[in-house]
Amino acid sequence: MGTIEGTFLDFKDLDRLATGDTAIHGLDPRAKVLVTVVFIVSVVSFGRYELTALLPFFIFPAVIMALGNLPVFYIVKKVAVVIPFALVVGMLNPIFDRQVYVHVGTLDIPGGWISFVSIVVRAVLTAGAALILVGVTGFPAICMALEKMGMPQAFAIQLLFLYRYIFVLTEEGSRVSRARELRSFGNRGKGMQSYGSLLGHLLLRTWQRAERIHMAMLARGFTGAFHARHLYRFGRREVVFLLGWSTLFIFMRLHNASQLLGSLATGILR
Amino acid sequence: MSHHIVEVAGLQHVYSDGTAALRGVSFRILHGESVALVGANGAGKSTLLLHLNGYLSPTSGFVRVGDFPLTRETVTEVRRTVGMIFQDPDDQLFMPTVYDDVAFGPLNLGFPPDEVEQRVMKALATVGIEHLQDKPPYRLSGGEKRRAAIASVISMSPAILVMDEPTTGLDPLARRQLITLMREFRHTKIIATHDLDMVFDVCERTIVMHDGAVMADGPTREIFNDDRLLSECRLERPLSMQGCAVCRKRRQEI
Amino acid sequence: MHMADPLLSPAVGCTMWAASAGTIAYCSAKVRREPDERKVPLMGVLGAFLFAAQMINFSIPATGSSGHLGGGLLLAVLLGPTAAYLTIASVLVVQALFFADGGLLALGCNMFNMGFIPAFIVYPLIYKKIAGNNPTRMRLTLAIMVSAIVGLQLGPFGVVLETLFSGISALPFSTFALLMQPIHLAIGVVEGLVTVAVVSFVQKARPEIIRGARAARPIGNRPVRSVVLAFLVVALFTGGFVSLFASKNPDGLEWAIARATGKEELPAPADGIHTALAAVQEKLAFMPDYTFRKSADAEDVKKRLGGEKDAGLGTSVAGIIGGMMALAIAFLSGLILKKRPGRTD
Repeated sequence: MGTIEGTFLDFKDLDRLATGDTAIHGLDPRAKVLVTVVFIVSVVSFGRYELTALLPFFIFPAVIMALGNLPVFYIVKKVAVVIPFALVVGMLNPIFDRQVYVHVGTLDIPGGWISFVSIVVRAVLTAGAALILVGVTGFPAICMALEKMGMPQAFAIQLLFLYRYIFVLTEEGSRVSRARELRSFGNRGKGMQSYGSLLGHLLLRTWQRAERIHMAMLARGFTGAFHARHLYRFGRREVVFLLGWSTLFIFMRLHNASQLLGSLATGILR
Repeated sequence: MSHHIVEVAGLQHVYSDGTAALRGVSFRILHGESVALVGANGAGKSTLLLHLNGYLSPTSGFVRVGDFPLTRETVTEVRRTVGMIFQDPDDQLFMPTVYDDVAFGPLNLGFPPDEVEQRVMKALATVGIEHLQDKPPYRLSGGEKRRAAIASVISMSPAILVMDEPTTGLDPLARRQLITLMREFRHTKIIATHDLDMVFDVCERTIVMHDGAVMADGPTREIFNDDRLLSECRLERPLSMQGCAVCRKRRQEI
Repeated sequence: MHMADPLLSPAVGCTMWAASAGTIAYCSAKVRREPDERKVPLMGVLGAFLFAAQMINFSIPATGSSGHLGGGLLLAVLLGPTAAYLTIASVLVVQALFFADGGLLALGCNMFNMGFIPAFIVYPLIYKKIAGNNPTRMRLTLAIMVSAIVGLQLGPFGVVLETLFSGISALPFSTFALLMQPIHLAIGVVEGLVTVAVVSFVQKARPEIIRGARAARPIGNRPVRSVVLAFLVVALFTGGFVSLFASKNPDGLEWAIARATGKEELPAPADGIHTALAAVQEKLAFMPDYTFRKSADAEDVKKRLGGEKDAGLGTSVAGIIGGMMALAIAFLSGLILKKRPGRTD
């Protein structure tokens, strides 16, 4: 999962991206969450030998990244992390699945390779969609959207608290980890014993922090209930956004858009 | 209508492991006073503060806030009157945005949304951070966090402000801004702190604690002139009262 | 041992999602009724702790590799099952969204493998039974070690099963199991040791934490059993429902069997491992007549094996050209849209 400092920076970066003020950022988070869900469901529901049919789906991340002013290289870098694992998992397919599936010109391509690439493409698409969603919406807004759409409030509160304190805890964790680093040499000092002790201390401090937060909550009259603030409105723009993209995804799911484009092109050329 | 806003009498508190944190503390604070609570670490300042809004219960003695003796039934009412600001702002800013944190108190008190909005904007304006209202707390600087924490409490319009080490960790400018802010507050203020120079600037009265008991209680200037008392309680004069730093050094070298 | 999207079929994924979501709803309702509102900040902060802790490593002696705390069991010990489940689930959500750990489809599976199993199976049925109330140091260690090892066998086995039922990966069940289980035995031991270290530390410094966690959750058999039961019911129902509509992909297992029985189109496998594994698999015959889908699919398979150009699946040349075009369009749109008079953020 990378270093703790790196993760901390990642969070801050993604969080900051979400504060942009493009048109996409301004949309009600519910619309964005729903569109992403439709996207992911469409992509994931393809049969395993589909490949060309998946490619048109790249239009969604491309457009949203552009409209949302997200740094493409950054997103690509983060999504690329997904690829090695998909490779390892999918790598087995060409080994076990040797049956020739398609002839391209004079090339005989076994089904295993097709499903392999399909796996990788699907991983990239879904991971990308999730990251982009976070980048144009922000995690807290996503949680509140989910809550409005039916997620239990207790879980939404948990997610919000978790997110909020990840910033604090990763910082503490990196400080503690660095302190240990500076006093260890090679692998000495980094064994299980010091790890257990390090975590124990961190855990205790975390527990005490929880008590102080609780104190602060009580001091401001908390009696167990959280009151939500109703900010966003689901207006015409959101409906257009939602219906537009969903229709496109469903269409591309049911009809191979690559096929259509290709036929069109070759038809014209002929 | 009593003018004694906060009264503490014979307060004793013993922790579950037997340590006596407070050994018979008594004082009366009047409406509008700014009182500093100073003492060494472990003198019992924080423990005392936690009694003032009912988070801790005394082993004996009582606390009275306004007309209410502090009991389980009156705790909610007391917390409306006594606004407490803790040492670590990260512990108090737990909502997704500053606005949400400042609105947390009034919402819990049951005010309708328009009133909540009014209170929040007023509190934010008072501490000067309206422009930060939609920011999440982890993106604020130390000084901004402190001010947000203060705003989150004053939005409940407490009569009494209790603060635990408010100037810790602030850069000089942020600290100066905070001191200016505190001087402008018309609330009754009880401030536990090590920052004796801030005490000098903000509080006309000082209570000195040592080992769970009150050693002295009087005008700040008098207290800070009593060197023997100060050194007994592991304190010293505020730096601004210690004379010219250069001359002092020269005197020491001689 | 995160379950990954690529291995998962939509049918299995949705089933597990439904079951996990149901568990979240149940636990949320329960936590809501919890009289001790200290749980609210505690769950959030401990989740953050877990998150941070998983990024600090320790070196494992004699192997030169490093490991980190999994934490499911630790949370269950500290928070009790319902709160622990919610906390673990929340951490998984963040990991899936931000780091694509596993993926979004597999989130349901991961919540089950790494949340439900430690909290609702291992903790009440193993840990509590061994540790009892007020355990001695020895008992506590034993309880944690056994729980960790068992939990880290069940979890990965869940992954294996989910992969099996998904039928996407062509990896045979037995191979996968043989890969996963032994490795996780070692991981389980390590997890146990680390958890013991942390719990003992806390026990010594602030015993009331461990004591309080146990007392607050009188896990009678009833709540646990009902949760497990409800979970199974939902899973079965959803699984059956969803599979009716699931696309008819040839099952991985079936593939292996079809292959092993030798179709004429099949090129003889270059290495003998292939047939050997297939043979072993048949011998082990986990569920000999297991078909997630009907054998009508075998016919479907045969047809495809004929290498017919199936236009509907986009495998023709036009499909490939079109695919390239689609990518190009996507890329260009992105470029063009970016050039708009920019709003800087």
